[in-house]
Amino acid sequence: MSKDSRSGVVAEAISNPLEGVNFAELELSLYRPRTLINIILSSVVTLITFLALIPLFAVLWMLIWRGGQKLSLSLFTQLPPAPLEQGGGFGNAILGTLVMVGLAALISVPLGVFTGVFLADAKNSKLAGAVRFAAKVLTGFPSILAGVFAYGAAVLTMGGFSAIAGAIALSILMVPTIILTSESAIGMVPARMKEASIGMGATGAQTVWMVLLPTAMPGILTGVMLAVARAAGETAPLLFTALFSNYWITAGGHLNLMQPTASLAVLIYNFSGMPFENQRELAWAAAFVLVLIVLIFNLIGQSFSRTQVQQ
Amino acid sequence: MCFAFAGFTIFLIAWLVAEIAFRAIPAFREYGLNFITGTTWDPNKSRYAILPEIWGTLYTSLLALIGGSLFGVAAAVFLSEGYLSEAVFKVLRIFNLHFHPIWGKLPERLELLLKNMIELLAAVPSVVYGLWGLFVVIPMIRPYCNWLHEQFGWFPLFSTTLSGPGVLPAVFVLSIMILPTITAISRDALVSVPPKLRMAAYGLGATRWETILGVLLPTASRGIFGGIVLGFGRALGETMALAMLVGNANRLTVSLFSPANTLAALLANSFPEASAREIPVLMYAALVLLAITLIVNIFGALVLERAAAKAEAK
Repeated sequence: MSKDSRSGVVAEAISNPLEGVNFAELELSLYRPRTLINIILSSVVTLITFLALIPLFAVLWMLIWRGGQKLSLSLFTQLPPAPLEQGGGFGNAILGTLVMVGLAALISVPLGVFTGVFLADAKNSKLAGAVRFAAKVLTGFPSILAGVFAYGAAVLTMGGFSAIAGAIALSILMVPTIILTSESAIGMVPARMKEASIGMGATGAQTVWMVLLPTAMPGILTGVMLAVARAAGETAPLLFTALFSNYWITAGGHLNLMQPTASLAVLIYNFSGMPFENQRELAWAAAFVLVLIVLIFNLIGQSFSRTQVQQ
Repeated sequence: MCFAFAGFTIFLIAWLVAEIAFRAIPAFREYGLNFITGTTWDPNKSRYAILPEIWGTLYTSLLALIGGSLFGVAAAVFLSEGYLSEAVFKVLRIFNLHFHPIWGKLPERLELLLKNMIELLAAVPSVVYGLWGLFVVIPMIRPYCNWLHEQFGWFPLFSTTLSGPGVLPAVFVLSIMILPTITAISRDALVSVPPKLRMAAYGLGATRWETILGVLLPTASRGIFGGIVLGFGRALGETMALAMLVGNANRLTVSLFSPANTLAALLANSFPEASAREIPVLMYAALVLLAITLIVNIFGALVLERAAAKAEAK
């Protein structure tokens, strides 16, 4: 083909660009497969999303219906009933859960926050990369293995099931969340604040204590609350570290952390397998209380993150 | 000091692995690799092997992964495409409220609420899902499952009746539990697709779904894949729901309705009453579970890291 005729074709196409286009084919109508597929897939995705939410509402509904019905003040003050006994409550389990989660927070918050400070400070060093990666891998760490570890490291060495062993197992699950959230919270503190602090002659430690941590506090607290919420609902790590107990952790007038300790989650698990109606009812009520506790911690955490956004 | 704390995090992982491995040594000496390939678990004769548990773990997780990723990715598309806010906006426009100072915010608010509700699925403790599965799901699906068994009993998946706990209820609850993980990560991946790619596809005349299937999903595929791998890791390590729903029967099965067992459920059920002889054996089983989940999780984290690096390079 010569150069002349080719430029002729191009010129023709430019002069009439719409020539040869079948307009009927471009029309969007339900009878055309591509539009039809579009609408079908859109409806399928909508349907699937709402189907995915059904279990959430089903669980919440059952909790309110079966658990809320049973709710009374005596649940919070009495001890778990023996088989075939009526009534009873799970006050010791609520206390045990709170004590163990509190202990776990005492272990994991300093570790997590200072690691977060380090990560935000030494962003690109090799060690920081490795630590960050380790934290991400730990996020997906199966909770039962944290229990196995605490069993080996605490129960076997200390000679018995205890609240401390339970707290150690829970803290392993809390650390990665706290590290990652506090790193991002501290990373969001404007660099000029840090520079101003150092410029006024503050040492590194003073800068961290008086400028970085207070400014990043809402974000850090969000992470801590989310971690606490997760730990409060965990069962697997407590099953064979804190075991269970039918008595108050404060029995005998003082707090004894070296004895088997009750927790709400383990109570639900134990009672759900029992053939007694009263225990099953209690399991539902305990599940209701547990979900309430978890949701409250979640909401507190989210309210902290909202104050940070407003700043 | 911070340096020391950071070092401790890495030390922690090493310690976790070492503690479990060290305690497993006696069992490893005694049973060796037969532990992984044998099928008997008989404490009375002190013969232990965990092939049925390994199979059960992988089988339930894979099945849950199919359901979880189908629903999870679809929900991620729904959220990232803004279907809900669009629909609410259209409804508001009928009442001419779409720029109203309060009503006008409704589309965004509802969209955020929906996202939070999906994340709320992850906040419900697994033991509560177990309770729900035990007393609500199993009685509900049992008649249908037994009908399926009667009609299609020749088909391996339906070869037994559902008499209570079994694989199917466990898989069902498991897929609900991993859905939020997959949705959150996939949504992030879809949202971070550069807008110009979407614009270009629309500009070429593609419909919405031609854009999603041809442009958005392939571009975000690495992130979505990473999310699915992490969801798989979660499913492998999930304990309580499975310990309550899977039936704790030491058998190799492909039937959906038969009871089975998983590594995590075995640990949860055996550890509280383990004798001194059994502890090394259980530690060995924990080591196997640790190896499987660490490999899956490290792989998932690497995929996501590379996906993020690639997105930044653009």
